[in-house]
Amino acid sequence: MPDASNNISVESRIKGDVREAVRHDSAEKHVAGTAIYIDDMAPPKDLLHVYIAMSTRANARITRLELGRVRSAPGVEIVLAAEDIPGKNDYSPIAGDDPVFADGEVFYIGQPLFAVAADSIEAGRAAAGLAVIEYEDRQPVVTIADARAAASVLECVEPMRLGDAQAALNNAANRISGKCNIGGQDHFYLEGQVALALPKEDGDVHVYSSTQNPTEGQHVVARVLGKQQNDVVVELRRMGGGFGGKETQPSLFAAIASLVAVKTGRPAKVCLDRDDDMIMTGKRHDFEIEYDIGFKDDGEIEGAAVTLESRCGYSADLSSAINDRAMFHADNAYFLNNAEIQSHRYRTHTVSNTAFRGFGGPQGMMAIECALDAVAFQIGADPLDVRLRNLYARPGRDMTPYGQVVEDSVARELMEELAANAQYRSRRAEIAEFNRCNKVLKKGISLTPVKFGISFTTTHLNQAGALVHVYTDGSVHLNHGGTEMGQGLMVKVAQIVAHEFQIDLGRIKISATVTDKVPNTSATAASSGSDINGMAAREAARTIKGRLASFAAEKYRCAPNEVVFRNNSVHAGEQCISFNDLVKAAYFARISLSSTGYYRTPKIHYDRAKQKGRPFFYYAYGAAVSEVVIDTLTGENRVLRVDILHDVGRPLNPAVDLGQIEGGFIQGLGWLTTEELVFDDAGALKTHAPSTYKIPTCSDRPDIMNIEIWEKGENIEESIHKSKAVGEPPLMLAISAFSALSWAVAAAGDGKAAPRLNAPATPEEILRAVDDVRRRATEV
Amino acid sequence: MTDTIRFVLDGKVQEAHGVDPTRTVLQYLREDLRRTGTKEGCAEGDCGACTVVVGELQGGVVVYKTINACIAFLPILDGKELITVESLSADGALHPVQQAMVDCHGSQCGFCTPGFVMSLFAHYENQADGETATVCDALAGNLCRCTGYGPILAAARRMHELPQAPLRGKMPDTITRLKKLQRTNDLALSFTCPLTGTVKRYVAPHSIESLALLVAEYKDATLVAGATDVGLWVTKQHRVLETMISLGDVRELKTITEKNGALEIGAMVTYSDAINALREWNSDIGELIRRIGSVQIRNSGTIGGNIANGSPIGDIMPAFIAAGATLTLRSGAKSREIPLEDYFIAYGKQDLRPGEFVEKVNLPPAAKNLFYRVYKLSKRFDQDISAVCGAFAFHMKDDVIIDARIAFGGMAETPKRAAACEAALTRAKWSQETVLLAASALETDFAPISDMRASAAYRLKSAKNLIMKTFLEWEGHERTRVLDMKATANA
Repeated sequence: MPDASNNISVESRIKGDVREAVRHDSAEKHVAGTAIYIDDMAPPKDLLHVYIAMSTRANARITRLELGRVRSAPGVEIVLAAEDIPGKNDYSPIAGDDPVFADGEVFYIGQPLFAVAADSIEAGRAAAGLAVIEYEDRQPVVTIADARAAASVLECVEPMRLGDAQAALNNAANRISGKCNIGGQDHFYLEGQVALALPKEDGDVHVYSSTQNPTEGQHVVARVLGKQQNDVVVELRRMGGGFGGKETQPSLFAAIASLVAVKTGRPAKVCLDRDDDMIMTGKRHDFEIEYDIGFKDDGEIEGAAVTLESRCGYSADLSSAINDRAMFHADNAYFLNNAEIQSHRYRTHTVSNTAFRGFGGPQGMMAIECALDAVAFQIGADPLDVRLRNLYARPGRDMTPYGQVVEDSVARELMEELAANAQYRSRRAEIAEFNRCNKVLKKGISLTPVKFGISFTTTHLNQAGALVHVYTDGSVHLNHGGTEMGQGLMVKVAQIVAHEFQIDLGRIKISATVTDKVPNTSATAASSGSDINGMAAREAARTIKGRLASFAAEKYRCAPNEVVFRNNSVHAGEQCISFNDLVKAAYFARISLSSTGYYRTPKIHYDRAKQKGRPFFYYAYGAAVSEVVIDTLTGENRVLRVDILHDVGRPLNPAVDLGQIEGGFIQGLGWLTTEELVFDDAGALKTHAPSTYKIPTCSDRPDIMNIEIWEKGENIEESIHKSKAVGEPPLMLAISAFSALSWAVAAAGDGKAAPRLNAPATPEEILRAVDDVRRRATEV
Repeated sequence: MTDTIRFVLDGKVQEAHGVDPTRTVLQYLREDLRRTGTKEGCAEGDCGACTVVVGELQGGVVVYKTINACIAFLPILDGKELITVESLSADGALHPVQQAMVDCHGSQCGFCTPGFVMSLFAHYENQADGETATVCDALAGNLCRCTGYGPILAAARRMHELPQAPLRGKMPDTITRLKKLQRTNDLALSFTCPLTGTVKRYVAPHSIESLALLVAEYKDATLVAGATDVGLWVTKQHRVLETMISLGDVRELKTITEKNGALEIGAMVTYSDAINALREWNSDIGELIRRIGSVQIRNSGTIGGNIANGSPIGDIMPAFIAAGATLTLRSGAKSREIPLEDYFIAYGKQDLRPGEFVEKVNLPPAAKNLFYRVYKLSKRFDQDISAVCGAFAFHMKDDVIIDARIAFGGMAETPKRAAACEAALTRAKWSQETVLLAASALETDFAPISDMRASAAYRLKSAKNLIMKTFLEWEGHERTRVLDMKATANA
């Protein structure tokens, strides 16, 4: 169907078209407190509150679990443990290794043991304390070092190889190696994990679950209940934040709430408090990375060997794909010439680490960015020059270690434009002068790029469905498999449908994601939300629009291609009628006004055994400059200024996209600076509430923060309206701040010894690195 | 005894019956009133999703302050006005604060948004400016995980550009209603838990004499001031508090008296109430208080309560100990005054006798020759607990230290003076050499522990370096604090 509406004047545009900076669809409800989250729903009659009792041991056999006193405690309706599960005791996404309730053994502190359903959460919690539990402890494997020593491996994978890395390293003019430890990160979504299950007839269940993946929730609930998938409906209107933390984790709580509901015939709610949430649920993987780089005198990489080691926790969860993505991003935006990228995935007696915005990509990217800073330090060059020298370029310097050709690199243009706008070069000179004149405080500046692969690397997940109804008054009901976690997906997809029908955005009703409307969906993850659901919704709308056009062509006696939808009207030859009137007429003519839509991402394929293929449909790009200052006496530090230029292709909604860019950057900044997960030797998480786990506050935002969407951005692939995904890539822009901190540490050592900074760069870590660099400088 | 409290909500007097004294304002709002706009994010007063505004009659007008509803006990509302996010647009139109948040794309997932709206609303009511630093302070107790805060800061500027909403605190109706709710007698609540049969009592005396009698009579009672600590005993440790005596209505404890530069700070004086007087005493103490908790916490939390509970991590203690503060403890009609450092005997053990309570803390005048510094080291600048808090008070004659008082928090199980370090500096010439001597003396004074906030090694190393920082600042070095730094200007 011809789409004439792209070239029309502003006056005749619909309200809320694509490319408009439309506000979030729920903004007015957010500020008024009327947006309903699951815990806000009116409690159904006879609601049971479910408390989940957790393991206090990291690696142990349960020798005694007596729940008699729990069952007879006041207010308790039912107590459920492993033996009460009618189906399979497993809530895992893939591997079958995540028990809902521990069965004889426990593998992390915080693992669910049993659930108490009571009239109040206080009664349930108090009753749970009456359980008699005895353990026979075994030595826990807590850290990556523990796991390496114990050879506690979750999964072995082939390295990615390009050319001959070892030969290139051996023959290189210069060679440098180094390592960096990178801490994990808690999602700290403001709304904790929550599920509300309503019992239905025939033992069916309807679950409201705060989840990025309602379909998986449905599958897991059916599996645990021993039922068919069509016995279970999972529904979600909005989450209070997700960030990957609600991709696989919510299945556990949906399953437990459902078990209680089905066993008791009463509605049941699981709503975790913050401490339980942080102790019980998975986080971003912490990594230890090592690099060995061979390079020419001007810093051009000849060969790179990168080793990525990660703590996966007690089970597989999504660790395979996460570590794969870390490998896929160990090149970031750079051509490595000859490369070998290894990945070691360790099993530990800690919570199973899971998806978190970037999905391993950020950790992989840190490896090469640390390496390039080391190269620049060694040759005394401006690190920006070293980065520019090594960027992917066509032809000849465009092959990734996994065999995909980089066809769309815009990193150089972005970085050069940003360096000019932010006056990177002159500020860098002034900072050097500042560092010469100041003893206590040292500054650093760095510009780093991001190239992030877009598509689920598990190819089959790249599919989406939508369902669109047009009612007889011309209003539209929109549904698709994507979920809203604050990222503005719903409004973007609605804009796409409004554009397609050429009706005002206000005519589109956004509806809850629910598994009985659009089935077999993928998680809203991998930044794919608007790419794939937007396409599916457009397909559904186009089907209906096609029927309407044929009907109009027949009715007004013109060719179907002479029917044009424009600004709430339909032009058919010489005729012009309102969209609403055409819809009504079509209804009376018995034209179907409802359609599904379906999309699968083209061109992608991957052979994991060979580690070759084209896992990504396209790449999203961005670049950031950060300026920082550190206190060499205390390690205190601040990011003073950030400039960002980010490529979102042609934006679907610039306001929403800017929000993702800024929010992603600050979240990444937290990961690399203040957010520190501390486990003790026994494997207990000691930072399980905001009093001890510090995400950025308002004042951590740099005083100066200039963020721009790259005006020249355009997706070379046929993505939805030529846009690019924006959910995850901006998080990695914060690597510029870490790099700048590293350069500030280097300045403290008077440039004689290379900095060895780990993440998160807390005051303690910065002071350690400063002292280290000074000690080594005097040794030189 | 009664089981009822009364407060103003949406222009009407609201009565709450059968009040469990340790029920939180948040539980009451969400579960009893089904006003679910106010959210629970952490139940410990650290995320701000539960922020509500409480109005209190002060000098003929209503003064509005934010609090964390998640750790505030319901009885504190008695005689006050409660404003929740639902109150702001009760008539259907958005308040300028809300409209600005919408206009500036200040919400994404929306879960933290009601809390931000309420913090900004209090900011608006108090006619504070839209400068970034001021707004960041006002919002330090509100965490947002989505936006990166820029759009919220923009909303804080934008709200002043929209047509002004009438200020509630000056509305005669509100004032009249609140006046009618003021009690002349003590609030005394009794509640029997239907599930366990436990009886809970809550008394809020009006005078210090009445308080002294009650404390003497109920020796096991929990004394509650701002409840920013006691609230967590209930929401986090799930403790049952059977008898509580609130200091909240004791007028004598709410005053700060200044005499020739000396300050007497009543036990019920909140950090917010004290910040101006203390900033005047020394700007570093003002800055320290700015970084204690958040506005919500400082609006409730009291200096007296912080000291009384003997927290090893309270920031004000080292600052006050170095400053030479004393503590007045009262039992019946008798008072005794002790050096503040002597109050802290061991972890969880204070020099507080049965029937005794903290009446006030006294700060001597800042002498002309006093060189005073306090530094707080934490992972995050705002709303964090110190890894190390170091306070230094030197009385100088030219470059000789006549008298040195040095105290640290985070270095031992209680806030503690650094005796060996003080000895190394007293009557010494202030120089790089004495700094090194004093720093090594710290190893005699302290053997800190490692925990989730910092390692023992960092604590000791940074504490030593703070002595150097103090010296450099005394020498007049500029640029010693990252918080004062700006980005390099464009050439």
